[in-house]
Amino acid sequence: MFQYVIKRLISTVPVLLGISLLLFVMLRMLPGDPAQVLAGQMATPEEVEVIRHQLGLDRPIHVQYALFLARLAHLDLGRSARTQNPVIQEIWARLPNTVLLAVLAISLACLFGIPAGIVAAVRPNSWIDYLVTSSALVGISMPVFWLGLMLVVVFSVLLQWLPAGGTGSWKHVVLPSLTLASFVVAFIARMTRSSMLEVLSQDYVTTARAKGLKELWVITKHALKNALIPIITVVGLQFGMLLGGAVLTETVFAWPGLGRLIVDSILARDYPMIQGTILVFGLLYILVNLVVDLIYAVVDPRIRYE
Amino acid sequence: MSEVNATTSLAGEEAVGFSPFRRGWMKLLRNRAAVFGGLLILAYLFTALTAPVLSPGDPSAPNLMASLERPSWKHPLGTDELGRSILGRILYGSRVSLLIAIGVVAVGLLVGVPLGLVSGYYGGKIDFFIQRITDMLLAFPGFLLALALVAILGVGLKNTVISIGISMVPIYIRLVRGCVLAVREQVYVEAARALGTKDVTILRRHILPNVLVPIIVQTSLGMGTAILFAAGLGFLGVGVQPPTPEWGAMLGSGRAYIFNAPHVATFPGLAIFLAVLGFNLLGDGLRDALDPRARG
Amino acid sequence: MRDGALLAIRDLRVRFHTLEGSFYAVDGVDWHVERRETLGLVGESGCGKSVTALSVLRLLPPRTTEIQGQILFEGINLLELDTEQLRRIRGNSVSMIFQEPMTSLNPVFTVGEQIAETIRLHQGLTPKEAWDQAVEMLRLVQIPSPEARAKDYPHQLSGGMRQRAMIAMALSCHPQLLLADEPTTALDVTIQAQIMDLMLRLREEMHTSIVLISHNLGLIAEMARRVVVMYAGKVVEEAPVRELFHDPLHPYTRGLLGSVPWIGRKQTTGRRRLQEIPGIVPGLMEMPSGCRFHPRCPEAKEVCRREPPPTIHRDDGRRVLCWLWA
Repeated sequence: MFQYVIKRLISTVPVLLGISLLLFVMLRMLPGDPAQVLAGQMATPEEVEVIRHQLGLDRPIHVQYALFLARLAHLDLGRSARTQNPVIQEIWARLPNTVLLAVLAISLACLFGIPAGIVAAVRPNSWIDYLVTSSALVGISMPVFWLGLMLVVVFSVLLQWLPAGGTGSWKHVVLPSLTLASFVVAFIARMTRSSMLEVLSQDYVTTARAKGLKELWVITKHALKNALIPIITVVGLQFGMLLGGAVLTETVFAWPGLGRLIVDSILARDYPMIQGTILVFGLLYILVNLVVDLIYAVVDPRIRYE
Repeated sequence: MSEVNATTSLAGEEAVGFSPFRRGWMKLLRNRAAVFGGLLILAYLFTALTAPVLSPGDPSAPNLMASLERPSWKHPLGTDELGRSILGRILYGSRVSLLIAIGVVAVGLLVGVPLGLVSGYYGGKIDFFIQRITDMLLAFPGFLLALALVAILGVGLKNTVISIGISMVPIYIRLVRGCVLAVREQVYVEAARALGTKDVTILRRHILPNVLVPIIVQTSLGMGTAILFAAGLGFLGVGVQPPTPEWGAMLGSGRAYIFNAPHVATFPGLAIFLAVLGFNLLGDGLRDALDPRARG
Repeated sequence: MRDGALLAIRDLRVRFHTLEGSFYAVDGVDWHVERRETLGLVGESGCGKSVTALSVLRLLPPRTTEIQGQILFEGINLLELDTEQLRRIRGNSVSMIFQEPMTSLNPVFTVGEQIAETIRLHQGLTPKEAWDQAVEMLRLVQIPSPEARAKDYPHQLSGGMRQRAMIAMALSCHPQLLLADEPTTALDVTIQAQIMDLMLRLREEMHTSIVLISHNLGLIAEMARRVVVMYAGKVVEEAPVRELFHDPLHPYTRGLLGSVPWIGRKQTTGRRRLQEIPGIVPGLMEMPSGCRFHPRCPEAKEVCRREPPPTIHRDDGRRVLCWLWA
């Protein structure tokens, strides 16, 4: 198992290299001169030249990539063009906020989505099934940022129960995490339903019933453990969607996370910062996929780790 | 044994007398949710085509005397901060989002389908190369990828289409490649190959039709996603730029007035929701009707 | 139908409700099993034999099926029990083996756990005792090194071993009745023989009655004492196994026997060559009028097309559903 983790970690290196290459190429493709951009509008040609040299932009392209990688290895992502702070420092300050929101949203989504999907699958074509499937469809089709705003209208403007944005207390977390979860819960409920429907028609479920097990036990033990395998995949994939949703949700609720950081950076054309946040998002996603693969191992004995 | 099965099942299908599409169509019409989705899309197409008739005049011309008005007979959905009719802008906005959705799906199809076909059919180095790039693109979740591309390409309608389109390419590649791999080993494809049929002909005649159903389903769902993504970019201010009436951007600017004029942000969101819902309902219905194996 | 029968099925009708309409998959079936008897249930796939077996333990999806008639187990009508009472019978006094050992074991639990679960459930043993007994059951079905195999997952065992494990699970509470639905169909021939030997031996040791469902007449001839032949949801013939093979009464049974190659039967005499019954089992939605077999029957008469045949009970205890004997 430990060896597998190591192996799996090593296998992410090519992907990371690929992403870094992509980012590097992206930097090349930027309109205008990066040195000029970094130096700012008011810089003299000499100052621009100094920065160009500092960045190694006067060297051959492959040397530049090697330098870029070397700096990456030292977690040196450069400085923000906007605030002049090291990019890694700014990202580090925002990361916990985004992770908190994402973990809360995923937990909420599993907590509601999986039971809802199970209930719908156990009673297909019943009113409760229709309720679950149609609300799931509404959830998928609803723009998160709109839902967020509507929640603000109801809970902050009309009822005045919860703050409309910002951070500080647990009350500030409620609306953003609900907004973010709403979207994921829909996917998880849909996946749980179809996965359970599939599993419930399997022979081993009939075997479990033929043994004399209670129906509740048949569903929660024999069927659910099998159904979980595709559900875990979806949760993993949804985590990616969640990071995308976080960008929007954080903007709606003025939540100081990575999502807002990337948007602010795009709007300010702060390229080092954009680069850094995208790299971190990619890294997060890869890590989550690794964790998902490890959870598979716990749930499905057919997967071997050699 | 397998040969016998193959002939009997073929005969069985012919005996039914309807093409799978005809049967799928009839099944689709019986699916009330899918029909509702289709009606939503028809309504959406209708407003996109007739917006200038339904709402004459320039939807972007400001009228500061009438800013942030509540819904009234003159402006059924109220006015925005510049006094423009929200209904009018929503009607015109359907043209923008339809244009984006079609453009995005076109980019996804034109780039993704050929790459997926080639990757699945030839395998080997080409497949490996295409798959590694797909892996890399998929390492960025869809919306973030589109956002990253916008960061490179810049804002605006054209770049919105290209960015979201590219972000969908890997999905089409994966989908088509998977189908091709499944079809490639079928007896009739092997037979065609053994007879020396040209690769292009095999791809077009034998493989593409089999990949068609998942592509159709994905296209309907993809239109929904495209509208959602474009609205998201617009909302963040990095998509289609004002004064073009784009639903997401309308919502984004309405956000500032959420406390005293919530209707400004409410109605464009409703429009996005209904359009996306329509494509999702239709996509689900199409999948159920045409491709009973891949339910989910 | 004697009162002492372990299981007696009376006028069983099973109706499926589907989107296309509802239909009877089993339409008025009667048969019984004596204590310690092995009954063979024969027919082509789709004739309703599996549905009959599944309805004994009420394992058909309750929302889409409707079961009418009586299923008397030791005189108690299983169709009238509440779910709790039924659960105490399932896997305990009546258990079941299915066709596909590949799919009827749960892939995510160990074999030992799946057997021990049944034992814990019905015998109230501690987890440790139940596990030990599960290992004993695996030993009984002749699985080598049962202690180690109990910790294996189903995918780590061969098809034959999996079916042995299924049998161990089914017999773990010493049931009075075992419903074996095509227990060897999915296995290759040598393994089939081993599994049948095992079932014969266990039947002697545990005094279990068996209902053996199969389309394989050779297997039935070896195992069963009495045979019930089903066609299109109805019992068409019932006879002791010897009589059935020597002198089949129903044209369908004759057809079935004709399509089995018999070693030792001279190719040139009797029914000269391996024959098949022409046509296929009618779909449940398009049952022919009159006798359901008439479109495929070589001896069909005018009356067969018009009216359903009566059940003829003969003096020698055999019965047949056919106009030929009316």
